[in-house]
Amino acid sequence: MNKAKKGNMARLNRWGYIFLIPFIVVFIIFQLIPLVNTIYNSFFENYRSGLKQIGPNFIGLANYASLFTGGDLIQYFENTMIMWVLGFIPQIVISLLLSAWFTNPSLRLKGQRFFKTVIYLPNLIMTSAFAMLFFTLFADSGPINSMLMQAGILSEPYSFMSHVGSVRGLVAFMNCLMWFGNTTILLMAGMMGISADLYEAAEVDGATPTQIFFKITMPLLRPIFIYVMITSLIGGLQMFDVPQILTNGTGDPMRSSMTLIMYLNKHLYSKNYGMAGALSVMLLILTGVLSFIVFRVTASDQVKKVR
Amino acid sequence: MRKKIVSIMVASAMTAAMLAGCGGAAQAPAAEAPAAETPAAEAPAAETPAAPAESAAPAESAAPAESAAPAGDEGSVLNIEVWNEEFKSRITDHYPGYEKVDDTTGKIGEVKVNWIITPSDDNAYQNNLDTVLPGNADAAADDKVDIFLVEADYALKYVDADANVAMPLKDLGIADGDLSKQYQYTKDVVTDANGDLRGASWQACSAGLIYNREAAKEVLGSDDPAEVQKAVADWKTFNETAKKMADKGYKMTSTVNDTYRVYSNNVSAPWVQDNAVVVDANIAQWVEDSKAMVDAKETTTAELWSDDWSKGFYPDGKVFCYFGPAWLINFSMHSDDATSIAGQGGWGLVTGPQGFYWGGTWICAAQGTDNPTLVKDIILTMTTDDAVMEEIAVKDSDCVNNKDVLTKLAGDSSFGNAILGGQNPYQMLADGAELVDMSNISIYDQGCNEEFQAAMKNYFDGNATYDEALAQFNKAIVEKYPELTAQ
Amino acid sequence: MGKNQYNTSEEPENTTTVHIRRAVAYVVLVLVSIMCLFWFYILFINATRSNGELGRGFTLLPSSYLGENMHNIFTGTIPVVRGMLNSFTVAALSALLSTYFSTMTAYSIQIYDFKGKKAIFAFILAIMMIPTQVTALGFVNLVNGMGLEDNFIPLIVPSIAAPITFFYMKQYMESNLPVSLIEAARIDGATELRIFNTIAVPLMKPAIAVQAIFTFVASWNNYFIPSLVLHKDNMKTLPIQIAQLRSADWLKFDMGQVYAMIAFSIFPVIIVYLILSKNIVGGLTAGGVKE
Repeated sequence: MNKAKKGNMARLNRWGYIFLIPFIVVFIIFQLIPLVNTIYNSFFENYRSGLKQIGPNFIGLANYASLFTGGDLIQYFENTMIMWVLGFIPQIVISLLLSAWFTNPSLRLKGQRFFKTVIYLPNLIMTSAFAMLFFTLFADSGPINSMLMQAGILSEPYSFMSHVGSVRGLVAFMNCLMWFGNTTILLMAGMMGISADLYEAAEVDGATPTQIFFKITMPLLRPIFIYVMITSLIGGLQMFDVPQILTNGTGDPMRSSMTLIMYLNKHLYSKNYGMAGALSVMLLILTGVLSFIVFRVTASDQVKKVR
Repeated sequence: MRKKIVSIMVASAMTAAMLAGCGGAAQAPAAEAPAAETPAAEAPAAETPAAPAESAAPAESAAPAESAAPAGDEGSVLNIEVWNEEFKSRITDHYPGYEKVDDTTGKIGEVKVNWIITPSDDNAYQNNLDTVLPGNADAAADDKVDIFLVEADYALKYVDADANVAMPLKDLGIADGDLSKQYQYTKDVVTDANGDLRGASWQACSAGLIYNREAAKEVLGSDDPAEVQKAVADWKTFNETAKKMADKGYKMTSTVNDTYRVYSNNVSAPWVQDNAVVVDANIAQWVEDSKAMVDAKETTTAELWSDDWSKGFYPDGKVFCYFGPAWLINFSMHSDDATSIAGQGGWGLVTGPQGFYWGGTWICAAQGTDNPTLVKDIILTMTTDDAVMEEIAVKDSDCVNNKDVLTKLAGDSSFGNAILGGQNPYQMLADGAELVDMSNISIYDQGCNEEFQAAMKNYFDGNATYDEALAQFNKAIVEKYPELTAQ
Repeated sequence: MGKNQYNTSEEPENTTTVHIRRAVAYVVLVLVSIMCLFWFYILFINATRSNGELGRGFTLLPSSYLGENMHNIFTGTIPVVRGMLNSFTVAALSALLSTYFSTMTAYSIQIYDFKGKKAIFAFILAIMMIPTQVTALGFVNLVNGMGLEDNFIPLIVPSIAAPITFFYMKQYMESNLPVSLIEAARIDGATELRIFNTIAVPLMKPAIAVQAIFTFVASWNNYFIPSLVLHKDNMKTLPIQIAQLRSADWLKFDMGQVYAMIAFSIFPVIIVYLILSKNIVGGLTAGGVKE
């Protein structure tokens, strides 16, 4: 790059700022103000008792202290991660498998359009509507129980909502069902950027499908794959509506399916911005650390592959 | 993007919806019952001279003059906060001088009426009230809320003396004597700590034990209400009957949550005393009785309004009884389905072990209203006018909050209810309404009742001991009400 | 299970292996599709049933109340057609603004080199991690403070700053936006805004389509914030109207109508999805340029 071009670039780079303006302005108004407020509030006693406003009174780190002295935070974190992993593993496996099949030229699957379209559909149903169907299906007197009883697997109805394993399983299942199409679409869109020539060349060279997937698809898919991992992790840590609706907000049995955000939501009932703020700050730190680790792991992986 | 801020769940969305709705009901010839084809329902006055119809007509014609003209210096817009269309249809049908403009606006004389509907799902209705009511006095004249409606579960939050968002009725010029025909419990629900009344309801949702006549005949040998009442007269006999029912393959109740209201309406002290949560003896009794029943498979732990709860509405469900008011009988037991027990007229109604109520909607005048005269007239007309009340009872099947009207209906044999096999429930409902005592409510009732039932489900299901379940309840309460301490 | 198939070391031309793998793929795909479509089937079935029938629980057979349920919805007091228009306006504009400006923001970070760029990028990623629940009630107070109740602005405009959409655009650009094309356009003398609009945006089409769908659907199904912002009947969106049906009083409560309304509200979103998805599922050839 010569000097003239450099000066030119500096001038052009001003556009970087210009293009950022809409985002920044909207962000400051609609998100930064509430965000700063959240952090600020975490140091205050600030809630409603009925319609009465209590506080804000500055109480330092007392909110954080009471978050940890309860000792429940760890349990809710565990619950969240268990349910996320239970749902995410099948989700990512199915998504990778499907997108690999869809992009594999040697398979030449028919009806791809149909399948690709269908997988995202569950995401279109409102969670609350979805849950209504789940309640009907998994009721003691519902079709799943009667099927299991007719098959002789059960002698009396199994209460899906009264057992730790089944509640967590249902939450994971519903999350997986609602989001695997989303993940597949993200991956496919990433794969579309990969030229078909590459696949054809690889095939001509005699590469196996496994080789094609790991040597061509995955490396080129890496940025989108990182995106999927990180957003899924964030989405997982912020898991809320499915367990909330399925367990009536209780997280039962004995709060074994209570997630971090469900816990946060409990504090919003009394508009307890103090505790909710402290919890959000903790979540922010937690998510940040975990995302950083994911980022690092996948990035170092990349370095290895390139060499 | 993948997170919704939903703070609620379907089931409770539905429950809330239903509680919200609970207004609609009373006896009266339910729409589908044969009785409805007789004079009562649609356009009574015109068609027949039957007793209930006649009184409706005068109400229409007599009142307009007095109500139509609010004082000249009052606001020109009347804003009414509601969560559904129930009150709107009551006003449209029964308030003299109300003209419908479109689905959410109307006119009373020169005053424009705005219906502001916020659904109850997700606590949205209360969140909305929390936002608008405290600053109501300072709002622009046309934006001021004039009337808002509340349900019993959270009424006390809004009629609280310190919060002062609902006007004391005496400030509107409504005297206690004006409300003399109303049932005491409906006043308890909206009485603040100083004893001031800050709302009124046109509904009295006293309730009873609704039993399956077939099961009664089979197990108790008779489906006569007097006989059945003997078998459920108190909790001890109730539990003994439960055993007999279980022996014959019937569940006594569909779920433990059916009986909860009955126990919790009859507590000896409020949930919260000196900022501490205390489990009342009667509630503890519910836990003990329920645990025994669940263990003996005499009931289940299903949620209210779930499929498992409502399966007993059909003969195959094999459930002996439900607990509920008239609206549950008339509108929720699937009487439009000929294969249901209700459709075959197979239910009966008795008082049961203890009196209780379920549901109802209260009208409050918002502090800061600029239409006090009109608001006063609406409250008086809709909750105290005998003619209007009877008209509501007949046309909308609301069990109205008026002793005279209920007594009159109880004595009228044309008000036999087909769902109850022809039984006229009014005397029982009227008696039941006198029994209900809500003097022990507190602003924490909604949260305490919900959380207690949820926590105890763990105990009933065998996922926790009683102490663990209680500890979880205490934890949940402190989360909801940070100012409280556990016992 | 696919793994074993892949591990066989035969040449890809070995048609038996391909056949087996294809068969496995079809079986899995059909099962997955059934899993996905099943819910729509029950929703449709439930929309054809009366309130009483719904109380009896699950069934696979349709009933005969679809017409009546639909009729009740359209003749009821809730203006559902207006609700659909409102939902469409909000969702479509949100999707449009969100994708366009997120692409622009990502473009800024990806293409240009300026001071503070890394910090801004890190900051936006950090915001992504804030649970929206926390700021929701504060947001509503803010909206009321600005006098924007009963207005679509607070539902549409904030989507301009959508960190998750931005992050996706940024990641997608990393492998799909060749800098060479942009430099070529500069040499041709095109302005930066023009380059963005005529070169970057078209290249980003699959990514934009993906995020447009996601944003549209999320906005279409959003209930909580709209329920606190929109109070006038002719401004309400479909999820609020559904909640309102569910809040109906006893006299009017009708689960059949609720299901019919849910079915009715899913219909347009399916159509939008089908239109936009052409850009995603169209095949592998559209991506084009790749080094």
